[in-house]
Amino acid sequence: MRIELVKRPQHSAMFSALSPFIALALTLGAGAIMFALMGKDPLEALYYFFIDPLRETWSLHELAVKAAPLILIAVGLAVCYLSNNWNIGAEGQFIIGAILGSMLPVMFPELQSWIVLPLMLLMGILGGAAYAAIPALLKTRFNTNEILTSLMLVYVAQLFLDWIVRGPWRNPEGFNFPETRNFHSYAILPEIWPASGRAHWGFVFAILAALALWFVLSRTLKGFEVKVIGQSPRAGRFAGFSRARMVIFAFLVSGALAGLAGISEVSGAIGQLRPSISPGYGFAAIIVAFLGRLNPLGIIAAGLVLALSYLGGEAAQISIGVTDKVARSFQGMLLFFVLACDMLIHYRIRISRPVRAIGGEARAHV
Amino acid sequence: MKDLLKALAAATMLGLAAAGTAQAQDPTKACFIYVGPIGDFGWTYQHHQGLLQLEKEMGDAVETAYLESVPEGADAERAIERFARSGCDIIFTTSFGYMDATNKVAGRFADVKFEHATGYKREHPNVSTYNSKFHEGRYIQGVIAAKMSKAGVAGYIASFPIPEVVMGINAFVLGAQSVNPDFKVKVVWANTWFDPGKEADAAKALIDQGVDIITQHTDSTAPMQVAAERGIKAFGQASDMIKFGPQTQLTAIVDEWAPYYVERVKAVRDGTWQQQDVWAGLKEGHVVMAPYTNMPDDVKALAEETEEKIRSGAFNPFTGPINKQDGTAWLAEGEVADDKTLLGMNFYVEGVDDQLPK
Repeated sequence: MRIELVKRPQHSAMFSALSPFIALALTLGAGAIMFALMGKDPLEALYYFFIDPLRETWSLHELAVKAAPLILIAVGLAVCYLSNNWNIGAEGQFIIGAILGSMLPVMFPELQSWIVLPLMLLMGILGGAAYAAIPALLKTRFNTNEILTSLMLVYVAQLFLDWIVRGPWRNPEGFNFPETRNFHSYAILPEIWPASGRAHWGFVFAILAALALWFVLSRTLKGFEVKVIGQSPRAGRFAGFSRARMVIFAFLVSGALAGLAGISEVSGAIGQLRPSISPGYGFAAIIVAFLGRLNPLGIIAAGLVLALSYLGGEAAQISIGVTDKVARSFQGMLLFFVLACDMLIHYRIRISRPVRAIGGEARAHV
Repeated sequence: MKDLLKALAAATMLGLAAAGTAQAQDPTKACFIYVGPIGDFGWTYQHHQGLLQLEKEMGDAVETAYLESVPEGADAERAIERFARSGCDIIFTTSFGYMDATNKVAGRFADVKFEHATGYKREHPNVSTYNSKFHEGRYIQGVIAAKMSKAGVAGYIASFPIPEVVMGINAFVLGAQSVNPDFKVKVVWANTWFDPGKEADAAKALIDQGVDIITQHTDSTAPMQVAAERGIKAFGQASDMIKFGPQTQLTAIVDEWAPYYVERVKAVRDGTWQQQDVWAGLKEGHVVMAPYTNMPDDVKALAEETEEKIRSGAFNPFTGPINKQDGTAWLAEGEVADDKTLLGMNFYVEGVDDQLPK
């Protein structure tokens, strides 16, 4: 007997829908085995990982806080990846958005008015978009590899943030520690429902952005253009679509959303600039984009699942004493199984017996 | 599926039962938030040693939990809140970057005590801060370095230009110059607390520039190992690193958190816990010098004498006359720096061969 992969004539609609769930089931199974090998009760461990964080309202709020930047960045990245533009630098666009957006409360703290917050969000969006425009222009002008340029600009942004909070923007009352002054109340992105937890409007932005991009990608000509250029640049050219303009468009959209995520995180969740403001959201969002199959609605779900795995990792660390590395392995397994199961969309599995098995002598093998 | 539901229900009930029976007789729950992995052999490792010692000394009277590698920023607030909700009586947040998160959560959980390491904000009556006078040990290291170095120049691997690190460099230089007024210190900013590769590179670069003593304010054992390979001497950081350089380590500044942790958890248990701001050093046993090794007896004697002088309070490393780097006067003859200036220190003293990153 042997197992073969046979290419399907066209991709399977059933497995398109099912594969994330199969992947999730396989992750849970592999996770259970991992816990059993560590000498923990697998059911209890999985309970703490995936159910416990959902039991209480405050924890759901935390889920929204964690998922918001992931979703916002990932839906923007989906536009890039669908159009075959490999923006790896969302982390940098996130940081620059956060810095530019923080300009008002840090440099002009005496400006206290309701106008501050909208301006901050706008500047965050512009900052992220402008920073993403650099690799886009380099690609259209000089045909540079945007994977390298966007990635390297992440380090530039990180060092710039580091410099600015230690130097010019350092809190004058902060004993020389590297952080800016705390934002005043007009510069804080409000909580959605303050009585029950600290989820802020960033989560609403994320959902709205996902819905808007879902509409654009699936219902408008622009969305069609994105996909055509991504799948077949030649066909795109025949249709009169400009590849260069698409590069700029995709980078600006994803940079703007990453910038919005940055300023929302700083204004909603942290309340000041510090040397590190992101535990790698810009990179984790790449996973989220692919987990969500580059579909904005799928990305909402994927963002929540990945956020849950962070929260669950903490819950499991506290209650059953496994290390934080376990959460990372979980995320790795999840990504692996999702990508592996996607194979089922284009291939089917055929289990075949060797032809010789019919003959008498091959019986010996059985 | 049915079994899974049953298991979930059982687990839920267990959780509720545990919350319902929390009484004064129950163990006091002490929880710790760490910035790095417990295996870093530096900062976080030493805090975790404090936790282990706490368990050993208090036995059944204490229950502990910890979260390692918690990023500073928005994640910290969630991690601290989770602890506060999970029945912790006292929560130790062991990195400067947890300062605002600690205070925010403390405002929402008035019954839980919070202890923040190395910060300065105590916005609620249930928040204390604690830190150690590591610079006392660095002064002693400076004295040893100036005695041991033939080149007359030491290499200093620094993390970030925050007051505590700047204070450490200054103390080291003052110690060295008390022996040899021409002693020089070369500083390399690694811009990390824990990155063995970067720290090793910094050590190699410094040795190539001719230093023959290495000291560090970063947390890995890599500089010690590089110094051992190159056959020069070095000082350990945060924990006793003698295992990583048996022929190399002169001494190490050991962060001894256990006495503080035991004292504070007991205070919670007795109901005597009060808000405070602790900055303790050699005298209180929060800073301990690892055994003086790999040095002649006269150097060892001088080191011990210096240590005793600081411990007894007879001498403060920051006693005038001291000039700032640019030659302007800072402390007059016999004047002692006040804590507030030290805790916000952002200038070098005279004799440091480096530009402070701005």
